[in-house]
Amino acid sequence: MTTLRIKNVKKVYPNGAEAVKGVSVDVEDGELVVFVGPSGCGKSTLLRMVAGLESVTEGEIELAGRVVNDLEPADRNIAMVFQNYALYPHMSVRKNLAYGLRNRKTPQNEIDARVNEAADLLQIAEFLDRKPSQLSGGQRQRVAMGRAIVRHPAIFLFDEPLSNLDAKLRNQMRLEIKKLQRRLETAAIYVTHDQVEAMTLADRIVVLNGGQIEQVGTPAEIYANPATTFVASFIGAPPMNMLEANVTGDALEIEGQSLPFPRSHRGPVRMGLRPERMQINGSDAGLNAEITVLEDLGATRLIHARLGNQEVVLSQDADLPVPSDGKISIAFRPDDVHLFDRDSGRRIDA
Amino acid sequence: MATTELDQTGTTTAARAKPAPSRKSFGGVRIYDHVVLWLGVFLMMGPLVVAFTTSSFDHVLIHRQGMQFGWGGQFAETYSTVLNQQGGFTGEVTGWLMTKNSFILGIGFAVGKIVISMLAAYAIVYFRFPFATAAFWIIFLTLLLPLEVRILPSYEVVQQLGLVNTYTGLIVPLIASATGTFFFRQFFKSIPNELLEAARIDGANAWRFLIDILVPLSKTMMAAIFIIMFVVGWNQYLWPTLMTTDETYFTLVRGIKQVMQSMIGADIPKYNEALAMAMLAMVPPVAIILIFQRMFIKGLVEQEK
Ligand SMILES: Nc1ncnc2c1ncn2[C@@H]1O[C@H](COP(=O)(O)OP(=O)(O)OP(=O)(O)O)[C@@H](O)[C@H]1O
Ligand SMILES: [Mg+2]
Repeated sequence: MTTLRIKNVKKVYPNGAEAVKGVSVDVEDGELVVFVGPSGCGKSTLLRMVAGLESVTEGEIELAGRVVNDLEPADRNIAMVFQNYALYPHMSVRKNLAYGLRNRKTPQNEIDARVNEAADLLQIAEFLDRKPSQLSGGQRQRVAMGRAIVRHPAIFLFDEPLSNLDAKLRNQMRLEIKKLQRRLETAAIYVTHDQVEAMTLADRIVVLNGGQIEQVGTPAEIYANPATTFVASFIGAPPMNMLEANVTGDALEIEGQSLPFPRSHRGPVRMGLRPERMQINGSDAGLNAEITVLEDLGATRLIHARLGNQEVVLSQDADLPVPSDGKISIAFRPDDVHLFDRDSGRRIDA
Repeated sequence: MATTELDQTGTTTAARAKPAPSRKSFGGVRIYDHVVLWLGVFLMMGPLVVAFTTSSFDHVLIHRQGMQFGWGGQFAETYSTVLNQQGGFTGEVTGWLMTKNSFILGIGFAVGKIVISMLAAYAIVYFRFPFATAAFWIIFLTLLLPLEVRILPSYEVVQQLGLVNTYTGLIVPLIASATGTFFFRQFFKSIPNELLEAARIDGANAWRFLIDILVPLSKTMMAAIFIIMFVVGWNQYLWPTLMTTDETYFTLVRGIKQVMQSMIGADIPKYNEALAMAMLAMVPPVAIILIFQRMFIKGLVEQEK
């Protein structure tokens, strides 16, 4: 079944800013959907409309089978985790967790049971009587999640919940969120601008740009078949190389060099190649380029090279040798080449 | 060491605002600071000390020889008279009664100001109503219209409402507060919006948000404003003078004048009692400041976030 249906939703802010320009997406039961996109693309706006914190200008939001456009946030059966945690500073952790339940006139024994259950699940039982100011960032994050869990919501809404944590803790919490969500089998929307978070967490990713959906798909699909140049360069790190090329006959022409290329499309294209899908070739069979900069990342090495007037980046194992004269020949499989229309930026499958 | 430092630091106070150029001159700044502070203490406390010592003398002596230093030996008698003597035309007004009235005015004034300005700031910050900003600036402009300017219309209104010689009439016209509203507005604006959103998701309506979240968060702020406003309310003179003709509503601050006035005639004014009453009138505000000093400073400089 479908937990959440977003149908043709638009948002125009009172100042005229068109933040969301007609978005439709469904979240299935128990599914974790990640909204990802650059800053200002409207992902928070969309999430906040689901939460009921922003009004919907046009379209419908349907939660568990009923349209919730005009319902107050408290009546929507959602729970939200904010970037800055938004814990009530003057309340103990226990009261923070219980506050929503108390407002809904839940019986005290039920409140206690749920608070204790959430505290055990998140391993914050020992902090229940502390104030938020006496907790570390990671612990506050857990409390914020606890506050969401005790409500037993139909859907969790996360708005960049980890961006205030340091890198190490972020990775750890990311994993915990995923485990928790799996265990509770509750649908969730997770907003982030970090493509690594999106790839690792998501059952499905919704890539947003400029208030519109660029692509919806599983992380694997999006990685393997990006629908547009935007998605191609947004997902994956380091980002995909984009080269101006020309497909003629059975060959691919780049910067005056030509390679055999068995695709039916003809004409000028933008060609995408992931850095990790290119190798330095021993022979001269590939594209000839000249190394400009080397970046060592420990396990891998990024090789920046000039190919005619264009720049490319290769990523390869740090143990592999690099020619000392700086002249390389780049090899890749034709299947790893993504073709995009130069004007529309859309993928060409032919 | 000393000469160069004093040259450097003794020039202007503006120089002190800059970070101390070196450790050496820091000591010099401290000497200078202490001199200034001691001068201030002397200027402020001197008259008080003299008033206190004088109040322990006989009023005839004071009338003949002016203010006194030293100890007059009539301390206990004078203060006990001031507190317990049944004064006024009706003979019902004691110092204790006036103290009670002063407390009612001081507390009512402070609490009223806090409640009103908090509600006003709440409306301005959290509710979208037409011309909210304009409303705020209009409230702010009332700073330019202190009670003294509008005293006649204010009196007229209170009198028409039949509130002359009531505590309501004494307190309510004074509690509108632009400064309080401004403080609360700034404070509410500094509270992250997500807190409101989290509370909305948690099912808090506007009233619950105010009571459960904003009021507890404003506690130190409220304490600071309470202390300031209690002192201001306690020291009110003009309005109580106008509003209360019934002696049982007189406050201490008014009583001082009364002591002097009621004795005019053949008698010599009871300077010692007037001074004693002035000293007594000072005790509660000073005590409150001393007791709540730490909370007061905390409220002004930091917020629980
Ligand atoms: N309250 C508002 N009033 C007017 N415009 C707004 C408001 N909130 C957001 N916007 C605009 O709407 C657009 C989308 O904002 P939104 O907050 O949804 O972006 P986002 O994708 O969450 O970005 P980020 O990653 O920086 O959080 C932005 O251009 C922003 O300027
Ligand atoms: Mg955002």
